[in-house]
Amino acid sequence: MKSESATLMKFGETARRAASTLLVTGATIGFSLAALPQLALAQAAEAAATAAPEAAATAAAAGSYVPMKPVAGIGQPIDGAYGFQQQFSPTGHYAEWMHNAILMPIITIITLFVLLLLVIVVARFNKRANPVASRTSHNTLIEVVWTLLPVLILVGIAIPSITLLARQYKPAPDNAITIKATGNQWFWTYTYPDNGGFEVISNMLPDDEAIKRGEPAKLGADFRMVVPVGEPIRLQTTGADVIHSFAVPSLWFKLDAVPGRINEKVLQIEKPGVYYGQCSELCGARHGYMPIAIEALPRDKFDAWVLAQGGTKDHQPKAAAPAAAAPAVVPAAAEATEAAATASAAPAA
Amino acid sequence: MATTAETFQAHGDAHDHAHDHDHKPAFFARWFMSTNHKDIGTLYLIFAIFAGIIGGAVSGLMRLELEQPGIQYLTMWATWFDGKPAEMNTALHLWNVLITAHGLIMVFFMVMPAIIGGFGNWFVPLMIGAPDMAFPRMNNISFWLTVAGFCSLMASAFVPGDTTGYGAGIGWTAYAPLSTYGSSGPAVDFAIFSLHLAGAGSILGAINFITTIFNMRAPGMTLHKMPLFVWSVLVTAFLLLLSLPVLAAAITMLLTDRNFGTTFFDPAGGGDPVLYQHLFWFFGHPEVYIMILPGFGIISQIISTFSKKPVFGYLGMAYAMVAIGVVGFIVWAHHMYTTGLSVNTKMYFTAATMVIAVPTGIKIFSWIATMWGGSLSFKAPMVWAMGFIFLFTLGGVTGVVLSNGGIDDNLQDTYYVVAHFHYVLSLGAVTALFAGFYYWFPKMSGKMYSEVLAHVHFWIFFIGVNLIFFPMHFLGAQGMPRRYPDYPAAYEHWNYVATLGYKIMAVSVLVFLVNILYAFVAGKKAEGNYWGEGATTLEWTLTSPPPFHQFETLPVIEDATH
Repeated sequence: MKSESATLMKFGETARRAASTLLVTGATIGFSLAALPQLALAQAAEAAATAAPEAAATAAAAGSYVPMKPVAGIGQPIDGAYGFQQQFSPTGHYAEWMHNAILMPIITIITLFVLLLLVIVVARFNKRANPVASRTSHNTLIEVVWTLLPVLILVGIAIPSITLLARQYKPAPDNAITIKATGNQWFWTYTYPDNGGFEVISNMLPDDEAIKRGEPAKLGADFRMVVPVGEPIRLQTTGADVIHSFAVPSLWFKLDAVPGRINEKVLQIEKPGVYYGQCSELCGARHGYMPIAIEALPRDKFDAWVLAQGGTKDHQPKAAAPAAAAPAVVPAAAEATEAAATASAAPAA
Repeated sequence: MATTAETFQAHGDAHDHAHDHDHKPAFFARWFMSTNHKDIGTLYLIFAIFAGIIGGAVSGLMRLELEQPGIQYLTMWATWFDGKPAEMNTALHLWNVLITAHGLIMVFFMVMPAIIGGFGNWFVPLMIGAPDMAFPRMNNISFWLTVAGFCSLMASAFVPGDTTGYGAGIGWTAYAPLSTYGSSGPAVDFAIFSLHLAGAGSILGAINFITTIFNMRAPGMTLHKMPLFVWSVLVTAFLLLLSLPVLAAAITMLLTDRNFGTTFFDPAGGGDPVLYQHLFWFFGHPEVYIMILPGFGIISQIISTFSKKPVFGYLGMAYAMVAIGVVGFIVWAHHMYTTGLSVNTKMYFTAATMVIAVPTGIKIFSWIATMWGGSLSFKAPMVWAMGFIFLFTLGGVTGVVLSNGGIDDNLQDTYYVVAHFHYVLSLGAVTALFAGFYYWFPKMSGKMYSEVLAHVHFWIFFIGVNLIFFPMHFLGAQGMPRRYPDYPAAYEHWNYVATLGYKIMAVSVLVFLVNILYAFVAGKKAEGNYWGEGATTLEWTLTSPPPFHQFETLPVIEDATH
């Protein structure tokens, strides 16, 4: 059965094998060249072939990238916790406030109210306390009340809820950086079309390797999605084979990666740090083994990382936006200072 | 079951025909070619218990694996199953097969057969004063199609699902393209075909119920005098009739995408994977009401019986179910908040979904108002019914949380959702099933069960299921995704508690089975109306068990009955 089915192997499987071989190679070199990890990164990102040596030199000059150590309890789950992970995005704060200040009190009160009524009924209307049952079966007033009161409560919930949706789906400003996350069986690839279109392939670290690096097992990835902190990012998701879902609980972000379409939403991270997530749509055998690791860096460090990948600096947000050139789809139009990588960038964009 | 025991005619005026009509067919003709609604109901209940034990055992395997982080058992099980040392991916594929089997078995082969096929068949004709269902032979076909569907699903476990192992690992939702080009083996075709068979059986059953309820009510029983259980089955039958054809179409397109080169859901040919989700949930959301509405009906009967009071706000209760049924058809995309719906669409589905809380609230408050002023006796069915009200309320309020598209962004596909739908289904529908079982079992079998064991069953079950599912809210809020065989160490604590809860719950199932055994071996003989004055619907005017053919002279309903 096995030999037959092996021939049926499709999409992603071959690619995954090839990619992991490449990554193992990349990682090995990375450790041997601890002083220059950015070289290994560039290799893993398949950009090394075209990256001109001087680009790497510039990057090294701009400050070498060392993967940030995650902080326990930040951007990752806490054992035995009851509530949400600490939030690090504006929508996350608003949503958490709405949940904790509006929804939780309301649902707790309703549940306790029903429980209280049940207790009263048991205590007062058991057959010893109340041997003769009443025959009441209608009371228009109370029926109107328990229809209208929930309506009012729901309207009260709907107002912040609609506000939350509106905020969440406010489109990114025109000059926001675009990053594209592609779900594959079973790894993520991150493309930076505004930065020359290089690609980062991100696989889950084996448990022992993750622990050695000080990362939580099953969440740590060999190469992270590095993003600038504090500015709105136009995050696009798509699926290369089946549907995946890009989810990061501490950033209140979840967006399906569907083959044949590109979904888009703003991601804004308030503090530098490492934020973990996991694929959240059943995608086959290793669905549980394709974590998402985001590293948010200040702009200058992010730019240095980009250069180390063989990428180019994107137009800075808040810089006086020149003209109406739609930046999201024309990454090559950006200020391409390091021309070396652009040739390989075009297909990815 | 005990329907093989000698039975008696309920009505003296039918006595001269009794000899002819109470003659039962021989064993094979009676149970394999049955046209008797009570026998078919019994078959459905036996089948549902059997399937429920399998589906429950599958969830036991899942909880065992999830007790600790890492893969402890899957590799071993996959090795047993394949007969050769299993690779990691084969073990992980087995996990997906388990979650798929658990979902499909529990939805299509446990809850639906028990609550509609079992209790619906048994008690709709009895409660409306009809001699049988409108189409007895079609009733038999419905049952055997369900069994055939179950066999097809079981068969899928023994053929390759994809390149990694046996069985269909696509989730009960069977999202394309994982279920099309994402799973190359024939197991997925078997699983899809099992839904076709079970779905066809349910559509035929729905036609049967609608025809029976509209045409075979006893003289004087207007629609507004029907017991609420009959109302609930009527609404459910309409939901089935309108939603199942959509599922059938969607999964047929899956089959043609898989086997005949169509590209309904394949973007490479202009298709759309999200289209499948719209079609699936257009069926899938009414489906969850299909599972719970008859439960609402059962709870209404029980609360009224043991409060010795008519149901409070009868019309409100009946039309609340109609409203839930209608609104249930226009909220489907709240299952799809993260698929990339436009913001306006999400706003609409958020608002529409919240509306469902209103009729549901009416039902909860009306049950409590029924008890208010009553003279309550806490027999086993009543205790189960009160447990239902509390657990369903808890599951309902987390539904209000999830209805918010913006909040759902963080909770979609996490254990919070798992906790929510198990509170309304595993703790809601299943609790209603047990309540109905203890309410009607003596009526069906003629034997009383042990009241003590029924209470012991309730309390162990209640503690167990809450331990399983309440911590899942915490796991989900912390971000643990569904359908994971393995997880970061930070999710260990609550997973450990949930598995402990499962073990407790499993003990309660043993108590249940022992109680059934006790009833048949040593149970006291049940009277016609063993619940006394509170039980006013027509099934209590008959013997326990009822005669093989009842109501040969139709009962006449007078004005004061409901």
